[in-house]
Amino acid sequence: MKRRRIAERGIEGLLVFCGALSILAVLFITLFLFLRGAPLFKKVPLTEFLFSTRWEPTAADPGYGILSFIVGSLLVTGLSLVFAVPVGLSVGVYLAELAQQRFSRAIRTAVELLAGIPSVIYGLFGIAVIAGLNRSAFGGTGYGVLSASIILAIMTLPTIINVTEVSLRAVPRELREGSLALGATQWQTIIRVLVPSARSGIAAGVILGMGRALGETMAVLMVGGNAPIMPKGLNGMVRTLTMNIITDMSYAKDDHLTSLFATGIVLFVFILALNLVVQIALKRSLSGAEGAAGA
Amino acid sequence: MPPAVKISVRDLDLWYGSVQALRKVGADIASRSITALIGPSGCGKSTFLRTLNRMNDLIEGVRVEGVVEYEGSSIFAPGADVIELRKRIGMVFQKPNPFPMSVYDNVAYGPRIHGSPSRRAADRRALDEIVERSLEQAALLEEVKDRLHKPALGLSGGQQQRLCIARVLAVEPDVLLMDEPTSALDPISTSKIENLLEELKKRYTIVIVTHNMQQAGRVSDAVGFFLHGELVEYAPTKEVFFNPKDKRTEAYISGRFG
Repeated sequence: MKRRRIAERGIEGLLVFCGALSILAVLFITLFLFLRGAPLFKKVPLTEFLFSTRWEPTAADPGYGILSFIVGSLLVTGLSLVFAVPVGLSVGVYLAELAQQRFSRAIRTAVELLAGIPSVIYGLFGIAVIAGLNRSAFGGTGYGVLSASIILAIMTLPTIINVTEVSLRAVPRELREGSLALGATQWQTIIRVLVPSARSGIAAGVILGMGRALGETMAVLMVGGNAPIMPKGLNGMVRTLTMNIITDMSYAKDDHLTSLFATGIVLFVFILALNLVVQIALKRSLSGAEGAAGA
Repeated sequence: MPPAVKISVRDLDLWYGSVQALRKVGADIASRSITALIGPSGCGKSTFLRTLNRMNDLIEGVRVEGVVEYEGSSIFAPGADVIELRKRIGMVFQKPNPFPMSVYDNVAYGPRIHGSPSRRAADRRALDEIVERSLEQAALLEEVKDRLHKPALGLSGGQQQRLCIARVLAVEPDVLLMDEPTSALDPISTSKIENLLEELKKRYTIVIVTHNMQQAGRVSDAVGFFLHGELVEYAPTKEVFFNPKDKRTEAYISGRFG
């Protein structure tokens, strides 16, 4: 009897320890990132770091401005959403509302596979196909904002599709019936009632996908061109925050190395902000669903 | 003169997969009257109601045989327009189900999807009028006129249900189907809706499913008693309550089962 209680206690303790470990991991990552990156701001003002485009870390008079990379990251991410959201939303709606069982299962399997493909493979696909298509369509090298965005769009599709489908399925059946009983067509019901009811969840999915795109490194590195300059238009070469860290990391020393950690801080803050927005959106979508159930 | 028949049902059988939910149901529903459908849970009364505007079409594996005629034409005919049917035969559900949008947009939903009013000023005024009149008819206007553009989900349960009635009325239907519309409401909201039914029957044909025997007695002109998928008795309310022809009806009404 007593021994069993000790065993219970032991298991409980182990689980608490594992839980604490994940919190500690986040804390330590944050801590070390700041410890290694923040000292840069003793030498380079934060405003210069964020708003200068002069990135010459190895020059005699070094410049540590990452504005080009911030813009690059936002541009590539934003454009990828322009491609991914309409497609992802459509597929999600199709899966949740319209598809026949057998066909929807095939699509779902494909989408899951898409989510599991390593990003370096996406990069190879980008080099082999997207960059080539881009080159023959718009000229230039084929490497740049557009190619990177297209690859990112494909990579974020699974997230957007899944969350859209799940949020639509979570809309109470009563709302669907209410609309149809008023003589609405299935399409009117989807556009005017179901999608608006699921919008918080869908928004959360889009932001989640955005986070993935923002943090993606390998695939964009392979097709983005990686020129450390402000991108010249949608087909110009681009370097993102992630690319900046990975490119220089192998040889950077001293302040240069510190500046890469500082780049990491900026990326980290972006991701943190996005996650916060997701959590707020999800909380709102949950309470919305409860309200819709007419409690 | 006998009242005109609005909906005529003959030999209606319905199966969910292999389970038969309705057996040879036949009834003529009189125009501008209230018909109450009663019976124990699972007896088929809701299924019958949902057949009249073809909401059962949404359920997979449903099979229907028999005749349902609305104003003389079959609702299952190959060319029958289910959208038009549901416009003419509106439905109010057991649980209030306002859309997560404003009070105004809820009521305007029907007119908007059926296409008439555009964004032109004259049409907007017309839409305003429809919304106001529908809320008035549903005895809700007074309570919500200052919050037309607030979320409908902020209303009380009883207000939400009257909003759902207003939403149906805005489509200008001919028949109202109500599936236990007061079972989720408190007594005061319930009596408001019952009073409303008295008003509405002057213009609409109403079929209401209810678990509440007193409610059936209070509001209806005719009562149909369902048991195990059969329409056991269908007659004027007084006859069903005071002089039932079938033993099972009598047993149910006097509370011996159900």
